[in-house]
Amino acid sequence: MSSAVVSTSAAQGRPFVFIEEGAEVCPAPSEAELCTEGRPPQRAFSTSVFSTSKDARLAGVTSASQLAVRRAPEMVSSGVAAMDALTGGLPRGCLTEICGPASSGRTTLLLAALAAATGRGECSVLVDASDALDPQSAAAAGVELDRLLWVRCGENSPEKSLEQLLRATDLLLESGGFGLIALDLGDLPEQAARRIPLTTWFRFRRAVEHTPTVLLAVERQSIAGSCSSLLVKLGLVKLGLVKLGLVKLGVMRMGESGNRANETSMDSQFALPTHAQLLTELEITAELVRSRLDRKPVRSAEITFASKTAWAG
Amino acid sequence: MFACIFVPNFPVAAVFRAEPELRARAVAIFEGTPPLEKVFAVNESASRAGITPGMAKAQAELCSELTLRPRSLLQESVAHAALLDCAQSFSPCVEDAAADMALVDLEGMESLFGSLLKIAHSLFRRAADLGLDANVAVASNPDAAQLAARGFTGVTVIPSGQEAESLGSLPVEVLFAGWDENKDREGKKKEEGQREKSADLLATLERWGIRNLRALAALPEIALSERLGQEGLRLQQLARGAASRTLVPVEAPAVFEEAIELEYPIVLLEPLAFLLNRLLDQVCARLAARALNTQELRLTLALQNLAGVDPQLETFGIPSESDALHNEAHAPARHFISGRQSQFCRTLRLPLPMLDAKLFLKLLQLDLNAHPPGAPIQKIHLAAEPAWPRSAQGGLFLPPSPEPEKLELTLARIAGLVGEPRVGSVELLDTHRAEGFRMRRFTPEAALKIDCQKAAEGKSAIAALRLFRPLLRATVTLENGELARVVCLKKKEVQGNVLWKTGPWRSSGDWWEREAWARDEWDIALQNADSVALYRLVHDLLGGSWFVEGTYD
Repeated sequence: MSSAVVSTSAAQGRPFVFIEEGAEVCPAPSEAELCTEGRPPQRAFSTSVFSTSKDARLAGVTSASQLAVRRAPEMVSSGVAAMDALTGGLPRGCLTEICGPASSGRTTLLLAALAAATGRGECSVLVDASDALDPQSAAAAGVELDRLLWVRCGENSPEKSLEQLLRATDLLLESGGFGLIALDLGDLPEQAARRIPLTTWFRFRRAVEHTPTVLLAVERQSIAGSCSSLLVKLGLVKLGLVKLGLVKLGVMRMGESGNRANETSMDSQFALPTHAQLLTELEITAELVRSRLDRKPVRSAEITFASKTAWAG
Repeated sequence: MFACIFVPNFPVAAVFRAEPELRARAVAIFEGTPPLEKVFAVNESASRAGITPGMAKAQAELCSELTLRPRSLLQESVAHAALLDCAQSFSPCVEDAAADMALVDLEGMESLFGSLLKIAHSLFRRAADLGLDANVAVASNPDAAQLAARGFTGVTVIPSGQEAESLGSLPVEVLFAGWDENKDREGKKKEEGQREKSADLLATLERWGIRNLRALAALPEIALSERLGQEGLRLQQLARGAASRTLVPVEAPAVFEEAIELEYPIVLLEPLAFLLNRLLDQVCARLAARALNTQELRLTLALQNLAGVDPQLETFGIPSESDALHNEAHAPARHFISGRQSQFCRTLRLPLPMLDAKLFLKLLQLDLNAHPPGAPIQKIHLAAEPAWPRSAQGGLFLPPSPEPEKLELTLARIAGLVGEPRVGSVELLDTHRAEGFRMRRFTPEAALKIDCQKAAEGKSAIAALRLFRPLLRATVTLENGELARVVCLKKKEVQGNVLWKTGPWRSSGDWWEREAWARDEWDIALQNADSVALYRLVHDLLGGSWFVEGTYD
């Protein structure tokens, strides 16, 4: 975008002239030539601009109507088919936010995305603010651990770990070459996460732009504001349970929004002894809150997908 | 044809190689034990100032503009190795003629490197790149090349058949010049005998009025043989450039070491970086001359042993040069104490062979920032383990991968931020123990060799566990022997009534070890203030405590 040219011209009080395609561009008359015609230079200049519309100095300015439409980013699989159906996948060269409370499936989605990226043969990074990754879960989710760089922040205070996360992310973005850079801010207190200046997210977005890297942030609440191209909100709907022997026992519903404990319903069958039940499935709802990938605003959409526990296969 | 590379005034050249800023100054090298130190070698500026070899050090110190340096056999050996590297970069057939001289067989090299003059200039430039001001001469036999290199400065090419004319102007002293400088290699008796013999011959020639090689070459052979014997004939053959011998090739050892002995100890890391930069440049130039890279750099710093500075130093005895074997990428610092000095070793292991002095410098700086030596530095020794350059062909359709050099620097910087053991890739261990994994070095190149692309689309998502590190100690309330309420004081959101639970799932292991473990695991749903969350609750059967291990997320 030639905003610098525009502001310069505006500062000089000159009008803009856009040259149509195919129009012949004539060189602008020099000041000496204009003066020899016996007219005041200023008048001569403005006349030439308004009359010919062929000022070569403005040839580089493109009219807003002719601005090229930004190419849509390449989308890659998030590792969960239902999520791909909802969002179209994860965009390369953009920041994607996944937010939700504890047990809402954020880490499940994160590991699925890492598994998909490493499965494509790409090197991926997990910058872990709370040192919360369970390698066994990652391996069960299908993450190629050889291709995953794990940066474990959070040895000290949340503030210190946040600082480490931001600096490490800067270095990784500068280094380049990674298919997916995931920032896990899921256990960070909201107050600490909100201390990240918006300029930092702008910087990250700018650094990842025009690169084949997917920048993914997992957090409790959206904190990147308009810097994120995609915002998905997750929530837990119900638990799938089986009786040992893999006979389906039933489900435990979390209520309509999944956040009202008093709405939680339990079937009477759960009166079985605790060691006779097995948690097999979490049903998660995903809501597409915001997408800036298309030029038109998207309508909020919601899907539900199930994630199985590692022992349930 | 043969080329000879000769470094005149070798002890001074070795010092100039280590300290290039001294080239513009008058420098004298001294040796000997105090107080009987004597000037051993001087450069031209010092010579003009009236300083001559053999002068007492105290006498030389009276010259205010003179810079005195002790003779360093270490720097001389390093300069000699660089000289051999220079020769080896052109031909595998190289003779180690003397400490300051190398002979190269150029047979068949013209088709590779161009004309003889071009090869000679290339040798001259390569020596200059390695910090050596050398004379290069090319002749049809090794001895003629050797004499020309000693006698003529710069680059000399003697066409075949014109040896006598070309060498004729050289003084006869050039025939005996090599003997004095070989004294470190010869036995003492033999050396003295040779010196006496050469002095006698020189005196005889002087008496006869023979000043240059042309005059010696013109003497009648029989008469010369009658007076000086076979030695006289040999000298005449040399003077005519007609001596013939075969080259004795040596295989230069692939040892790439550089060292600096400091006049005053260094305390700060910043001046150390300047010296490291110089050493790294020299090592990389030598490696490049042999078309090699390196995968391991060993830095050994001789430290001034100050009383009370480092009470935690472990005493290992006197180390050898190669006594820095470490298993880790950035190996732990090792200290050795010998006499009044202790040594501090750092080993930098690279995932791939590389040759980038700036990158190495940055990595060493980051490493030394994380592991400072802890005492003033008196001597720096840097060794590079040579490796063949990596050969890899990129592909248009390969997945993105970070550049190894950039990645190494990034990893080192991140390790400086979060700590060395907290960055890398994960390797799972064959155990059921919690935290059954270990961190290892992230090497994406090795990972990319695995050519399996798994399709993740068809696979259902796996519910992940988020761990709390360290484990959250919990207070558990039981009602009728059942879990009723869990409270974590450290994390306030992890508390509430137990809505639902499954378990216990019992596991134990390592009971034959000191670190035995046994635990019961529960999967619980906790009713918090405004949400429901699933946690894994652990009861340590050996310690009796309750912990919240993580949350299903």
